[in-house]
Amino acid sequence: MGKYILKRLAMTIVTIWAIITITFVLMHSVPGNPFANENKNIPEVVYQNLMKKYGLDKPLSEQYGIYLKNIARGNFGESMKSNVETVNEMIARGFPVSASLGAQALLIALIFGPALGAIAALHQNKVPDYISMIISIIGVSVPSFVMGSFLIQFVARNVGWIPIGGWGEWRHTILPSIALALMPLAEMSRLMRSSMLEVMGQDYIKTAKSKGLSNTIVILKHAVRNAILPIVSMLGTTVSNLLVGSFVIEKIFGIPGLGMFFTNSIYNRDYTLIMGVTVFYAVILIIMLLIVDIAYMLIDPKIRLTEEGH
Amino acid sequence: MRRKSILFLSMALVVAMLFTACSTTTSKEGKKILRSNNSSEPGTLDPALAQGTHESWVLENVFEGLMTFDEKGELVKGMAEDYKISDDGLTYTFTIRDGAKWSNGDPVTAEDFEFTWKRALDPEMAANYATILYYIKGGEAYNTGKGSRDDVQVKALDERTLEVTLEFPTAYFLELTAFYTYFPVNKKVVESNPDWAKKPDTHISNGPFKLVKWDHNAKLVLEKNDLYYNAKKIKLDGIDLDIIEDQNTAWQKYDGGEYDLLTDLPTSVVNQLQTEGNKELSIGAQVGTYYYNINPDVKPLNNAKVRKSLSMALDRETIVKDITQGGQMAAEGVVPYGLMDEKGKEFREGAGNLIEYNPEKAKGLLEEGLKEEGMTIQDFNNANIVLLYNTSESHKKIAQAAQEMWRTNLGVEIGLENVEFQVKLDREQSGDYDISRAGWIGDFMDPMTMIELWWSDSAFNDAKYNNPKYDKLLLEAKTTMDQKVRMGNFREAEKMLMEDMPVIPVYFYTQPYVQKSNVEGIVKVPIRYPVITYADIK
Amino acid sequence: MKADTIYTQEMFEKAPRELRNTENIRRPSIKYWPDVWRRLKQDKLAMVGLILLIIMGIMSIAGIHISGFKYYEQDYDKINMKPNGEYWFGTDELGRDLFSRAWLGTRYSLIIGLLAALIDLSIGVIYGGIAGMSSTRVDAIMMRITEVIYSIPYMLVVVLLSVVFSTAGAGTSMFVLVFAMTITDWVPMANLVRGQVLQLKESEYSMASESLGASNGWILKKHIVPNTMGPILVTVTLTIPRAIFAEATLGFLGLGLQPPKPSLGTLANDGLAGMAVGNFYQILIPSILISLIMFSFNVLGDGLRDAMDPRLRK
Repeated sequence: MGKYILKRLAMTIVTIWAIITITFVLMHSVPGNPFANENKNIPEVVYQNLMKKYGLDKPLSEQYGIYLKNIARGNFGESMKSNVETVNEMIARGFPVSASLGAQALLIALIFGPALGAIAALHQNKVPDYISMIISIIGVSVPSFVMGSFLIQFVARNVGWIPIGGWGEWRHTILPSIALALMPLAEMSRLMRSSMLEVMGQDYIKTAKSKGLSNTIVILKHAVRNAILPIVSMLGTTVSNLLVGSFVIEKIFGIPGLGMFFTNSIYNRDYTLIMGVTVFYAVILIIMLLIVDIAYMLIDPKIRLTEEGH
Repeated sequence: MRRKSILFLSMALVVAMLFTACSTTTSKEGKKILRSNNSSEPGTLDPALAQGTHESWVLENVFEGLMTFDEKGELVKGMAEDYKISDDGLTYTFTIRDGAKWSNGDPVTAEDFEFTWKRALDPEMAANYATILYYIKGGEAYNTGKGSRDDVQVKALDERTLEVTLEFPTAYFLELTAFYTYFPVNKKVVESNPDWAKKPDTHISNGPFKLVKWDHNAKLVLEKNDLYYNAKKIKLDGIDLDIIEDQNTAWQKYDGGEYDLLTDLPTSVVNQLQTEGNKELSIGAQVGTYYYNINPDVKPLNNAKVRKSLSMALDRETIVKDITQGGQMAAEGVVPYGLMDEKGKEFREGAGNLIEYNPEKAKGLLEEGLKEEGMTIQDFNNANIVLLYNTSESHKKIAQAAQEMWRTNLGVEIGLENVEFQVKLDREQSGDYDISRAGWIGDFMDPMTMIELWWSDSAFNDAKYNNPKYDKLLLEAKTTMDQKVRMGNFREAEKMLMEDMPVIPVYFYTQPYVQKSNVEGIVKVPIRYPVITYADIK
Repeated sequence: MKADTIYTQEMFEKAPRELRNTENIRRPSIKYWPDVWRRLKQDKLAMVGLILLIIMGIMSIAGIHISGFKYYEQDYDKINMKPNGEYWFGTDELGRDLFSRAWLGTRYSLIIGLLAALIDLSIGVIYGGIAGMSSTRVDAIMMRITEVIYSIPYMLVVVLLSVVFSTAGAGTSMFVLVFAMTITDWVPMANLVRGQVLQLKESEYSMASESLGASNGWILKKHIVPNTMGPILVTVTLTIPRAIFAEATLGFLGLGLQPPKPSLGTLANDGLAGMAVGNFYQILIPSILISLIMFSFNVLGDGLRDAMDPRLRK
């Protein structure tokens, strides 16, 4: 297994390098100058100074080399638009915001999603099943920007202590985490329902039942435990989906997270920030995927038995 | 094990919820705090580097220039206690107010001003708005690397006397000193700490308020500056500004009672408030023109008749009445209302309406123009002319209306393309467009602020208008103090411009904003965001 | 259930007739597709999805001609009208008929979804097929490449690419959107196809054909392609809604189709402004249409998966 993890690590580094390179090439092939501004006509000297300051006057290959070297040192450089913070500082500030929001959403999804799915499976084609189905259909089919706006309009406007948007206190996180959680919650519940149904039909459940174990124990100890496996393997994608959702949710609720930086930096052609955020996102996601994979290996008895089974 | 940790986490969550639930809305009891939204994160709070309203709205409350706007919106002496202007209009001598202090207790000196202006002109500083300091003799040369710092003609004669020599006699120079690039910075602080403007505790300013908290992309908190010389006139204890970019969300917050004042409203909201005659809405005056640039290198747009026919086919009354709906006025030229002529009357009224809506005539003009170019309407449509605009709800709406008016009135198909703002600017500068949306908000209260845009050398002349006669009129207006000559030249120049139609003016801007009924003392200076400095909450 | 179960007579039931001769391995030759279709028909939810899709498909073609208003025609006297007898879905901020716009939007959204699925499918099948049929080493390299591509976050690429292309002068055309969406999204399809191919290559019946002297191409055509169709179809039905969703999100971020052409995403985005002043129908209609499309494809996909699952085959 150690060999497998090492191999995965090596792959991860290659992937990150590829992403850095792709982003770098893309960003430098895009028209749009970060120093253009409607209200200024910067003199040539000033322009040259700006280019020099951000190293844009050097040949592209050299810029690429410098950029790689800096990233290896964990330095994403200076933002071209903000005179206040470096890219590292922005990421350091934005990431905890996005991460805490994402974690809360994930928590909500993890608590309610599988539970809803399990209940639905145990009451197949009865009222709880239909309720869970309606929730998951809404979750999967309503875009997050619609959901977010509806929550503002119908919940925040009517419940006094829930703020409409903004950031700072815990209250501010309630609606965005719900809006963000709905999609993974629905997916998890669907997945849980079908895997639960499958597990309940397995021989070992029948065996457990026939051994005379109580229904609750059979469900909790055997069925749920096995049925939850696909959800663990889905976590990597879920995290990535939460990130997608965060672009939109952060925009609607005015939350100063990484998603907002990403969209804003693209609009502003803030090259260093775009590259910084992209690379950072990619690294986080790839590490998440790695962790999920390893976790899955540790949890899944079938894989554990065969060691190199992957 | 996993279930236990989930249980623990949810318990922690509940505890956190209880904890935060009781710690809200207490500390600000009895204080007058104005709550509003600053629609995007300031890129800097260093006046020299600022470049837009998202920065200036904050800066104007925490800094003060030699001149400033008072509670009636009139230009008055600020940091200057007195000033003298030489007879040729070239040399200004300012006396700095006695007792003017920085928020850290240092006195504000003439040397601070000299340092500030030279600093902003320093090419190393790469300040975006340095051009507005070019009125100072030697400023342009220094900024463009052709002159030295010592040749910039601004000098502190002693601690409280500042002497400035201008390039040309500039009628509106006093007003310029109220502009944010002219705001002073504390020399001692800036020299000892280059990062002074990045953190509230080192952000030293001289205005009615001071910066006490800056949660990036989330919130700005300003607090009354007790060391401000005119502190007794300031009624607010502080200003809380959220930073929320989404217009709809910000409006919901205002409507839900979380803000006292809001600018930057969604157009649909302005429309509705107007229809229902809501008293919270004010349509603030603004000096600015919304127009379309036309690329003269694209056939058949090189033909003035074609350009004029496009202009003539736009029903501007409908655009302002049904589309923009914010009390805007249909453009009658490039110079908007709010600027005065030599008799102290509206310049616009003296110049008259230079724009006409006439679909019939437009159609005829188009055919004539196309004939001159040897083209037919079919050729025009095959040329795939595209209107470029930067991504925004209202630009999109107007562009779609214009597209439809051109289609129905002239029978021409014009495509639309939206790009990000930076890209649009870049493409305009490199001439990679057919028609592009543009807008200009005046920097000072003189028709020059608009007319000089189409000076052949102007960097903002994206329509590449080049008319030696126009340049001559402008140059003459720049070098004289005689208002009669200046205004006469402006009128003539504008007429010339509307004959050649390098740009199609659409409407004159207004600035709608809303304030709750208990908010008083907001004034609207046409070239500024609503001034909240003197506000009071009853 | 009690601890000690006593098996009584009534716990057993008679095996139905057809199960009595299970020794006979050859099942009555039910053709694969009619069989799938038969079982899909029994899944009510999937059928609802299918019927909805057919209706929406027809409306997306015919719908824009029904109301008599062109999707781009503006009537400034009829701005923001609530749904009524003349304008069945109301009008928008420019006085345009939302009925025509909504169905045209549905058309573009569906086209985007189908196009994205088609591209994913072609690239995925070709790439996955080649990888699966190739030697172990080539296969390994090809799979490493997909791993790299797939670990690039989907939405990050889509946003980045649509910006890059739209600013490179191409405009945010439908093809740019589809291209941005498919550039990483074909990978699951390729993985799936490869997995299927590998599995089938090892399977006894293709080994049997191979030992009987059949060529690779013949095996591919006769065994592998028909047998992989099922999972591929399921993946396709799930790719379409993802692309439609991504387009809607891009529309919200201001990267959608160029006006006056609507997509459901841009319509919903326009409708958000109306919501602030109480014109809920402007956002409700496109949202409902998006949701219906998502719902239909999802239940149809689920239904297909169940119908094709050999374990559930009766």
